[in-house]
Amino acid sequence: MSFVKLTASALTLSAMAATTAVARDQVQIAGSSTVLPYASIVAEAFGENFDFPTPVVESGGSSAGLKRFCQGVGTEHTDIANASRAIRDKEISACAANGVTDIIEVRIGYDGIVFASQISGPAYTAFTPSDIFNALAPKVMVDGALVDNPHTQWSDFNADLPAADILAFIPGTKHGTREVFEEQVIAAGCEATGAMEAMISGGMSEDDAEDACLSVRTDGRSVDIDGDYTETLASIDANANAVGVFGLAFYENNTDKLKVATMSGVEPTTETIAAGDYPVSRPLYFYIKKAHIGVVPGLKEFAQFFVADPVAGPDGPLAAYGLVSDPELAETQQMIADEQTMGGNS
Amino acid sequence: MTDASLNSPDASRPAKSLTHEDARTKKRNASERRFRMYGVAAIGTGLFFLLALLTAILSAGLPAFKQAVVEVPFTLTQEEYDEAEKALLKTGVYTEYFITSLSSTMDAEGVEIEFDKKAVERLLGKVGGELRTYYRENEDDLGAPIAFELAAASRVDRYLKGTFTRDDLQAGNRFFMPEDFDLIDAMREAGLVKQVFNWNFITGVDTGVDNPGGAGIGASVLGSFFMMLVVLVLSLPIGVAASIYLEEFAPKNRFTDFIEVNIANLAAVPSIVFGILGLAVFIQFAHLPQSAPLVGGLVLTLMTLPTIIISTRASLKAVPPSIRDAALGVGASKMQAVFHHVLPLAAPGILTGTIIGLAQALGETAPLLLIGMVGFVARYPETFVEGFFEPNSAVPAQIYNWAARSDAVFTEKAWGGIIVLLLFLITMNTIAVILRRRFERRW
Repeated sequence: MSFVKLTASALTLSAMAATTAVARDQVQIAGSSTVLPYASIVAEAFGENFDFPTPVVESGGSSAGLKRFCQGVGTEHTDIANASRAIRDKEISACAANGVTDIIEVRIGYDGIVFASQISGPAYTAFTPSDIFNALAPKVMVDGALVDNPHTQWSDFNADLPAADILAFIPGTKHGTREVFEEQVIAAGCEATGAMEAMISGGMSEDDAEDACLSVRTDGRSVDIDGDYTETLASIDANANAVGVFGLAFYENNTDKLKVATMSGVEPTTETIAAGDYPVSRPLYFYIKKAHIGVVPGLKEFAQFFVADPVAGPDGPLAAYGLVSDPELAETQQMIADEQTMGGNS
Repeated sequence: MTDASLNSPDASRPAKSLTHEDARTKKRNASERRFRMYGVAAIGTGLFFLLALLTAILSAGLPAFKQAVVEVPFTLTQEEYDEAEKALLKTGVYTEYFITSLSSTMDAEGVEIEFDKKAVERLLGKVGGELRTYYRENEDDLGAPIAFELAAASRVDRYLKGTFTRDDLQAGNRFFMPEDFDLIDAMREAGLVKQVFNWNFITGVDTGVDNPGGAGIGASVLGSFFMMLVVLVLSLPIGVAASIYLEEFAPKNRFTDFIEVNIANLAAVPSIVFGILGLAVFIQFAHLPQSAPLVGGLVLTLMTLPTIIISTRASLKAVPPSIRDAALGVGASKMQAVFHHVLPLAAPGILTGTIIGLAQALGETAPLLLIGMVGFVARYPETFVEGFFEPNSAVPAQIYNWAARSDAVFTEKAWGGIIVLLLFLITMNTIAVILRRRFERRW
């Protein structure tokens, strides 16, 4: 008898726990570690300025965040995915397969990607995409022919660069930053050095050549960093010759340890990025599950607060931390107010 | 002949004497001395590393417990309050009020130095949030002068602690300008700046990356506490019941052997696996809330159970069979023998095992990563029950989070967090030692 009673009370308890679970009162966010600092700033300010509880923001990378976001509708799933790249078609269909159809895309601003090295290390002060491609691609052009990358020092292909061993710490594949790095630096270098043409004339189809352009050498001179920028910074600290890829905001917080290189002659600053002069920058996004608006309290208010002028505008705290504010912020604000989803009008 | 050569002293060997060591004894003694030396060396190495670790932790972490504050008298009128509450970024309006007030204070103190709004933001960080929180809780104080102690920004803090000097400042740093040094020096001379114990670090919650000075570990300590409560309440009874049954009642057959082997294996499973299990079972199947200490506690319970079962069984085994025999001999039932005699004697060992298991669980981050407890969670639960269900972080997760942020003050806080974690552990161990002393019985 007492065993039956015990089981019954245990079941009631777990049922009670389950009912509590349904009533989630705070916004749950996961995704890009690049967007995380901005999201945490907004989350703190949101908690201070509204009567809603402070949202919970998790990191883990754009892809991981979008994957969790796409797992379904319901309070056990996240409401917002942060991403340092636009959502892919593959992810949209994965979302749709789990019933997540109405997604609102919000662009919060731009982030610059900078190449920086140890402050006391060799003088890497000017790069072009071709330099990075020549240093890191598995196959490069030497004397008009496509060969396995023979370069071991930066000075091997550009006499203006220091004679130091090539070692680069680049973001790992789960980071949104990697995609920007590939498209705006490696692919650009691939085209500029003529390697892409050589691949196509060597019998590759255009698509294959584009893919081949994006690969990096695997002999240990290019190291993927799957953690965040702190890990890259630690690696740079330990290797005087190394070059690392950072977000602009992170670099600006660590100017006592890092020196930055110009890209194609343009110095990365919030001004040059906003003006579009600095070539390596990317938009930052977050994605809202429309089905959760009205279910999770404060979700829409949070999104509106995030892109409001005093927050995401040029004088707001996000810009102060290093976000390059979006000139088309007003449109984004309107879009959230209308709850306009991707590809739809409603 | 042979007998004689055996018994009589050999001419080549010296006469045996207890006071005189022969070569072989010397060799044996020497090897013993060497072994003792190795032992001392091993302990010495251990102590050296412990000392090095403690020095590193304390020197890097203790500054987190101290903080530079700027003491400023501030008055807010009812009209100003109503005005500010109408704005969208209310905290921004409070900041404006504060800047006006600070300027007049500085004038009154005779500090002749020009500064603008940005300079105040650079030096004092986010004052608006603190002011708003205060006035919303204490509306009666509107109109009366209040002396606020506001935390100085991270770089000011580091400047006053001596870890950030004028030479460290790079040109073009948007977060700190050379003239800010003059301003902070002037404020220090005017007696507005002082070093105080950083209570906010102990009681506060996590902050956004642009406000490192305000970050505190309090909420996550509470998160860890609630998790440990769940772990203790679930794993101790389940673990002890399982061990008693397996050790004292279960028949010895292949099935129980199989269970035993699997419990031992379970103890060696990497903790992240329990995190994946927790995500799949507790969150996605049972629909328990994400980031909740309850789920964290459940996951850690799974992780702690094998440790508790193994140590409990070992201490049950260590109780002499004569105790059981005597109890059974005077007519006690098997259950009476176990609960009245064997279990109390095994209690100290069970307690030690439990504390080791809990300590392990306390320091665990990996499984929490998957159930959403590693992230930005900046809030206190409002009631005791909410403590289990509301999102929260845990101390090691908070340390991990801070260590990954770019501002140097967060690194300092991460070290400070390690000190808090160690204190938490020491407290738990002390309680265990006291309880063990009380229960310990000899026979």
